[in-house]
Amino acid sequence: MGEPAILKNKDRLALAKDLVACLEDGRESDASRVLGQLGGGHEGQLYREVGCLTRELHETINCFVHESNLADIAHSEIPDAAERLAHVIRMTEDASNTTLSAVEDAMPLAQVLSNDSRRLVDALERLQRPDNDDLDCLAVGKDLESFLRDTQANADALNTRLSQVLMAQEHQDLTGQIIQKVIELVRDVEAKLIELVRLSGARKLQPGNSHKGDRKSDTGVHGPIVPGVDKVDGVTDQDEVDDLLSSLGF
Amino acid sequence: MKILVVDDFSTMRRIIKNLLRELGFTNTHEADDGTTALPMLQNGRFDFVITDWNMPGMQGIDLLKAIRADDQLKHLPVLMVTAESKRDQIVNAAQAGVNGYVVKPFTAITLEEKISKIFERLAA
Repeated sequence: MGEPAILKNKDRLALAKDLVACLEDGRESDASRVLGQLGGGHEGQLYREVGCLTRELHETINCFVHESNLADIAHSEIPDAAERLAHVIRMTEDASNTTLSAVEDAMPLAQVLSNDSRRLVDALERLQRPDNDDLDCLAVGKDLESFLRDTQANADALNTRLSQVLMAQEHQDLTGQIIQKVIELVRDVEAKLIELVRLSGARKLQPGNSHKGDRKSDTGVHGPIVPGVDKVDGVTDQDEVDDLLSSLGF
Repeated sequence: MKILVVDDFSTMRRIIKNLLRELGFTNTHEADDGTTALPMLQNGRFDFVITDWNMPGMQGIDLLKAIRADDQLKHLPVLMVTAESKRDQIVNAAQAGVNGYVVKPFTAITLEEKISKIFERLAA
């Protein structure tokens, strides 16, 4: 159908008079036809404008989705990010376990050093009493030699464990980098969501309108408080816990 | 002294076991959730429970309430060691009958003090 011409006022007046004539004569189908002609121009214009807007919005959204890689973000980057964070948990857990193993080995060694030292000090003190004899000296001498050899071995073993603890800390650098990447993705998604909200013409959501609060209160737990981020009525250290409990009589 | 350590993070259970060993408590057992801990307590003749709060199956607060509701277990001393630090949570735990509350991160000294205090109060 070709573009109907926009009706001028004198044409409309002519059509209106024609309409009245049809109606007065009872010519219903003619009246309907004239009515169609009268309104047709405007209806067409309305349809054209709505069609135009719809196309524009459609193109803008398509353009946005394409340029902002939303499909990529949804199908691969976000699942990737989740896997990256799961990996970080595994790395930090491994590092903790390595450190704990080194500590579990090292503590008994330190204990042995301490115990043996104490025993030898006692033996040496006894030696200094007037009633000691040469056999005692010899025995303590042997004991001392044996202790010093053990100590050297134990010190070396402790050194090795401490090195293991040192190296286990390297995870922090690696996990830090991985987390940094995820932070970038989160900021990217944030920017795109804001843009999408703007594009769709929605009123900017006021913080607090959203249901974030409901989600958290589902289980009642909050997890560790992150300074600068979490704003909950919480205590900051053990002393505050103790004060709170004793003020209530517990 | 038979102690049960309940926490969903294995590294935390390991740290607490080590600290308990340093304090001379070697008869320690582990559970990774309130749901696994409760049957162990019901069958086990434990003397002390150290538990986290935030666990997926049954939270520490619910484990505590279940212990206090069980005739066999209601006098079991319970120490909470947790990152949960909201005031009303601390008060809830106290009202539910927890014997001590330690917030993470904590020190070995704090753990020792709280355990000693619990036993002093029980002896009195």
